[in-house]
Parts: sequence; C-alpha cells; structure tokens
Amino acid sequence: MDFNEDQIQRYSRHILLQDVGVEGQEKISNGKVLIIGAGGLGAPVALYLAAAGVGTIGIIDGDVVDLSNLQRQVIHFTPDVNKSKVQSAKEKINLLNPDVNVITYYDLLTASNALEIIKDYDFIVDGTDNFPVKFLINDACVKAGKPFSHGGILRFDGQTITVLPGSACYRCVFHAPPPANAVPTCSQAGVLGAIAGMLGTIQAAEVLKYLTGVGDLLTNRLLTFNAKTMDFRTIKVKHNSKCQVCGDHPTITELIDYEQATCEIKSNH
Amino acid sequence: MGSILVNGKTQEVELPISLIDLIKKNNVEQPEMVSIQVNGEFVDRNNFDSTQINANDEVDFLYFMGGGSRC
Repeated sequence: MDFNEDQIQRYSRHILLQDVGVEGQEKISNGKVLIIGAGGLGAPVALYLAAAGVGTIGIIDGDVVDLSNLQRQVIHFTPDVNKSKVQSAKEKINLLNPDVNVITYYDLLTASNALEIIKDYDFIVDGTDNFPVKFLINDACVKAGKPFSHGGILRFDGQTITVLPGSACYRCVFHAPPPANAVPTCSQAGVLGAIAGMLGTIQAAEVLKYLTGVGDLLTNRLLTFNAKTMDFRTIKVKHNSKCQVCGDHPTITELIDYEQATCEIKSNH
Repeated sequence: MGSILVNGKTQEVELPISLIDLIKKNNVEQPEMVSIQVNGEFVDRNNFDSTQINANDEVDFLYFMGGGSRC
C-alpha cells in the first residue's frame, strides 16, 4: 500500500513511532476488525480504530440509540436518538476517517450467524453487555481460530483479556454463564460513563498491538481495575485443560444461544 | 490467625478457613457471580465449601462483568 501525502500526515504520529513506522501503519490499514456491540465499549474502540486507519471495520448491533446511551456511548450524538447504532457509528467513523471501509450488520449475534460473520475478520472485539453473547463470541472465536478481546464493565469496575488461539480463553476463566436471574447489567446496576472509555481504549490498543505485532498482548492475564481506587491489577490465568471449549476433551461442539437475562428480573437489586 | 493474599492484598484471618467462609468474610454478595483462583488454579464452583485456605495462599476473586451494548 502506498500512502498519499494526506495519509502520511494523518498517520504521522504512528509512523514516527519506531515500533510502528510506515510498515506498521500499512498493517493497520490492511487490518479487518469486527466490533460486536456499538455501545459503551464499542464506541471508543470504533473511534480509535477509525482514527488509527484500520482498513475495514465491521460493526454488529441490533439496537437503536437511546437517550440513556449518550452518557457513555460517545460515538452517538443527541440527533442520533432512535437511529440504528450501526448507522450512527458508521457515519461518525467516516466523518473521522473516510479511508475506513465500514461494514454494518443491523442484527444480533447468534449461534447461527456468528461463524459466518467473524470469518472475514482478523480480530474480533467483544463490546457486548451480556454473558450469553460473551460466551458465544468466545466459543465462536476459539472454534474459528480467531483472536479476540473480551471486555466487561460494571459500576466502577472494568476487566479485559485478549484471547489468541491456544491461550487461556474466556471460558477457561469463567466456565459458563452465571444464572440469568443473578446478573446485574449496566442497564440495571449502572456504570460510570468514563469507565467505558477506559476499558474500550485498552481494547483498541490491544487491537493495534495485534495488527502491528508490537509488544506483549494481554493473553493469559486478566486485567481488572476499579475506578474508585484507580487500582489496576493483572491476574495470571492459565489455559484450562478441562475447558469445555478449548480443553483436552471439549464437550461443546456446537455454538450455544444461552437464555438471555431479562431486565425485569433483577431490576430491584 | 495467619495471613493470606486476597486479590493481591494481605488479609489476616483465622486459619484454616473454607473458601465459602472466605467468600462470606469478603462480602461477596453473589457467589454465583465470581470465579475463584487459589494459588493460580481455578476452583470448581461445587468445591467452594470443601476447599480449605491455608497460610500464604493467594486467592483471586474474578467477577463476571458485562457492560457494553446489548447485542
């Protein structure tokens, strides 16, 4: 890929980095990244990857923008309320960087479409809010041999881990979705808006590190932070030989659509 | 009394203590929302009450976190 003068100027702060340079920027520009969920996490991920010049960004989300999203989902603006999140995100990405080819999926990720959608991408970002889909993303990526970044936020806390083929996967750590009626989500428990940006930008940095091959990814380590204390920890986790999807004797051979938690169940918690 | 590490911080507790009692002592409201490592090994949820924690053990509570967008 030959960059034109505008592109050399646009990406100059990457090109200046000794570890990235023109070659690294070419890898970014050739990268194809799928963002699952255009919400609190997907918003900063999409904006930073767009700014970085990732060549193709896929976004899947079946929701429309709600006024209550704008406290943290910084890719959506007030006039976007009631617009599909993928369309709203696509418009901002292309305003920020017309070089990016944006592919939108106005849909939910399910066991029946997951493998078909992820197969075209180099890296997958989990920006979803619920465990059924988090486990679905994990299982689909493990099966397809696709690297992905898990991200989760709640109240004042965040966590993320990067999963490569062969490294500890999300299921190695968390085994199975918690009981649907036990789960507080952001829509029920609340979340400090800026937490989404803190976690999402870590995920975006992992994507850029993966595409350029720079540094050590957050594999076999779960990063957690609490914004009240601003304590960050990375906890070593190991590939689990008993893991149901990537262990020695996997028992999960088909993707699963787990039952979704309904908002009513825990709304008084 | 003895000291153990819980999420990287020293705690003084009566030892030995069962993992389920340590969960209660740490005010984990929903044990079903936590995955637990002891000395780097995951403990099966069914063994929370039969697992004993001893001096200098390192215990990590890893909480389920959702967030992001419904998808």
